[in-house]
Amino acid sequence: MTHLESELKLLQDATIEMWVLVISQLEKTLHSLKTFDKDFAREVVSNEKRVNSMELGIDRDCENIFALYNPVAVDLRFVLATLKINSNLERIGDIAEGICKFIISETQPFDKDLLAMTRFYDMFDGANNMLNDVLKAFEEEDTKLARSIFQKDEFLDEINMEANENILAYIAKQPGNTKQALNILSIIRKLERVGDQSKNIAEEIIFYLEAKVLKHKK
Amino acid sequence: MEADYGEYKLKARNLNLFYGSKQALKNVSIDIAANTVTAFIGPSGCGKSTFLRCFNRMNDLIPNVTITGEVMIDDIDIYKNSIDVYAYRKKIGMVFQKPNPFPKTIFENVAFGLRINGENSKAILGDTVEKALKQAALWDEVKDSLHQSAMALSGGQQQRLCIARAIAVKPSVLLMDEPASALDPISTAKIEELIFQLKKDFTIVIVTHNMQQAARISNKTAFFYLGELIEYDSTDKIFTNPSENATQNYITGRFG
Repeated sequence: MTHLESELKLLQDATIEMWVLVISQLEKTLHSLKTFDKDFAREVVSNEKRVNSMELGIDRDCENIFALYNPVAVDLRFVLATLKINSNLERIGDIAEGICKFIISETQPFDKDLLAMTRFYDMFDGANNMLNDVLKAFEEEDTKLARSIFQKDEFLDEINMEANENILAYIAKQPGNTKQALNILSIIRKLERVGDQSKNIAEEIIFYLEAKVLKHKK
Repeated sequence: MEADYGEYKLKARNLNLFYGSKQALKNVSIDIAANTVTAFIGPSGCGKSTFLRCFNRMNDLIPNVTITGEVMIDDIDIYKNSIDVYAYRKKIGMVFQKPNPFPKTIFENVAFGLRINGENSKAILGDTVEKALKQAALWDEVKDSLHQSAMALSGGQQQRLCIARAIAVKPSVLLMDEPASALDPISTAKIEELIFQLKKDFTIVIVTHNMQQAARISNKTAFFYLGELIEYDSTDKIFTNPSENATQNYITGRFG
């Protein structure tokens, strides 16, 4: 292994470590929401500092590789892609923190009817699966799996688009729980962005492996 | 960046070169546009310097060299016997790895080619020497010491003097064989900047072992390996997404 190859492997390992942390943050967020465990939610909020610190570390590593090794071709594309994936993961970390702050602000557990009507757990599971799949695509350099993410994102978009109607229907039934309904709507929007971030990551993986730019293409 | 390339200044078609029985170039074909910088890269012994020397028939000076195929400058095959080699060599300047100023004054180094070609007018010699030294970004440093020995200049200055000497006779092509590899980083940067400026007036081909240099200054890059031209494309394509695995392996340092 050349010196550059070792540095790229370390960068890859650091990115995967951050990825695993962000996945764990989302899973803890879901658990916290299901069980209404605010301590779990507080743990996620506190861990966000680690996510941010990892992001800064990976940014620095990329900067050093550019400055010291002048990577070209596939190595250049890998570092460029990792820089962007790093940023996408950090945003997902922010989203998990944001959802947990909603949970902490609630005075009672989320209404099961509300969650069912909005297909909330389908949305959360979909977002988690996308993030796990795209990690696998990164680890295994699997562009076919990366491409499968685009269709999965459409599933999240569908639930997001129906959310307004579903929330309105719920509020009509349960006007006393409007605040919680609106919080759930906000969380659904956040989960839709997790899907978007995962899709962006999939595009970066395809760029790195195939030198194809899929950004902004339908 | 995309350049709008004009007609092809230099061409090679199915060029094969043998040193005795050893084949050093295998079926090489290339088109090089006017007013561009083309970099030849590849591991040691790949044939890039040999191919460079085909464009001014310097290989003729090596015993037991056999060449088949065509090398064209301005669409004229320079290996056809009817060509006056010396007349053609005037159109092509060459700069070598080790600066090689003549043991003469700075002025006489640059004026040498002009005098050999019969120019005697003091006014014309003076103007041409000044213009060449300005083009080579050396004038400001030597204008008050033109009649001092060129051997007193630093390595970087000597190399720029060699470039001035080459361009004084107004060639249309400049061949450069690792022109900065013997120089310090600051001199190298000056030479690179100079090459970038000179391409307005010349067609430049540069052999380099320094891939970052090729990436910085060339419009197109040709990768050679074991006597073959493996890939030839715009420099940004070669360094972001080369088509051939061999090219990618070389430029990423995985072999060679």
